[in-house]
Amino acid sequence: MDIKEALFKYTLRLGDNSLILGHRLSEWCGHGPILEQDIALINVALDLIGQSRSYLAYAGEIEGKGRDEDAMAYLRVERDFYNVLLAEQPNGDFGRTIARQFFFDVFHFLLLEKLTSSTDEQIAAIAVKSLKEVTYHLRYSSEWIIRLGDGTEESHRRIQESIDELWMYTGEMFEMDEVDETLIGVGIATDLSALKPLWEEKVSEVLKEATLNQPESGWMQSGGRKGIHSEHLGFLLSELQYLQRTVPNAKW
Amino acid sequence: MVTTADIWSWMEDIFDPEIPVLTVVDLGVVRDVAIENNRPVITITPTYSGCPAMNTIEEEIVQKLVAEGFENPEVKTVLHPAWTTDWMSENGKKKLEEYGIAPPAGGSVNKKALFAEQDTVRCPQCKSENTHMVSQFGSTACKAMYQCKDCLEPFDYFKCL
Repeated sequence: MDIKEALFKYTLRLGDNSLILGHRLSEWCGHGPILEQDIALINVALDLIGQSRSYLAYAGEIEGKGRDEDAMAYLRVERDFYNVLLAEQPNGDFGRTIARQFFFDVFHFLLLEKLTSSTDEQIAAIAVKSLKEVTYHLRYSSEWIIRLGDGTEESHRRIQESIDELWMYTGEMFEMDEVDETLIGVGIATDLSALKPLWEEKVSEVLKEATLNQPESGWMQSGGRKGIHSEHLGFLLSELQYLQRTVPNAKW
Repeated sequence: MVTTADIWSWMEDIFDPEIPVLTVVDLGVVRDVAIENNRPVITITPTYSGCPAMNTIEEEIVQKLVAEGFENPEVKTVLHPAWTTDWMSENGKKKLEEYGIAPPAGGSVNKKALFAEQDTVRCPQCKSENTHMVSQFGSTACKAMYQCKDCLEPFDYFKCL
């Protein structure tokens, strides 16, 4: 695999993680449990969608076929999206959303820390900018894990259920293939297997503080990074892409 | 002959659409102005990745330069170096507080993501430092919600980034 092809796919993976999770969070707009949390979730959504715009615009430049960030977001089919399966999982209740966010935020934070020293200037620039935002996301989701876990009997039970059910989607974040290996060789990407122990350490620290049990690492779901998704992504895209599919080239 | 100093002074006439007391220069969003082949080139950087004000700011800069007689001004957006509240001018911070938004206290965001200590934030109404954070996310990406425990007034805080 040549570097250009690998970089294109790598940039799409980064952009799709942010876009799909950002879109999921945006579904909370007007439905948050209280106003402050509604606003908080939407702020996180806005940051992620902003980040995805930077990545997807860059992916279009790398590809060199004239596709911009909108073409990438609105006109790709499901199998051409490379986000991790965790990002597309439905919101569920507030606790489910927080559990999904927490697992991703810890990973995202650690990944961006490494990517700030990527030899690709644009990837590094997006990482430096995003890391500042994700620092706030991680603080927010960590605090909520603790509040829900160490809260009432019901909040404890419900957040534990969400953690148990989403756990099988956490392994995929650390998978690597030819794309990663090609780019690690030239200092653009980072070795995800080195992030895994750091992720586990941070997650276990917060779960412990939250009086929650850390699930045992068992069988893990996989596929999103290769374009093979859960049924949820198709429904998500049908909403996200509706306008451009129905009225092609519609402008605001 | 137009100089870059003229262009900087025109930028002082362009206000942030969401915080209309701050100019784009106070905010530190304008990073550079240059004149290339008699054509002004303005370099801007977003505060947050998803800041919805950026498009409006870009349009306003273009409109201003067109009004000053340039046919084809260029506005470039860069991500590096990443914007920080450290770039906000002292005058900008003063104007923010007068407007009722507490300016960023201290340096850019604390990298210690977990359980970081909160900044001491002064109430823009009664100036008490006896305040507490209601939510670290507020009405725009750059603000957090606070409340003063003395005068009880809720207020926005321009958080450090």
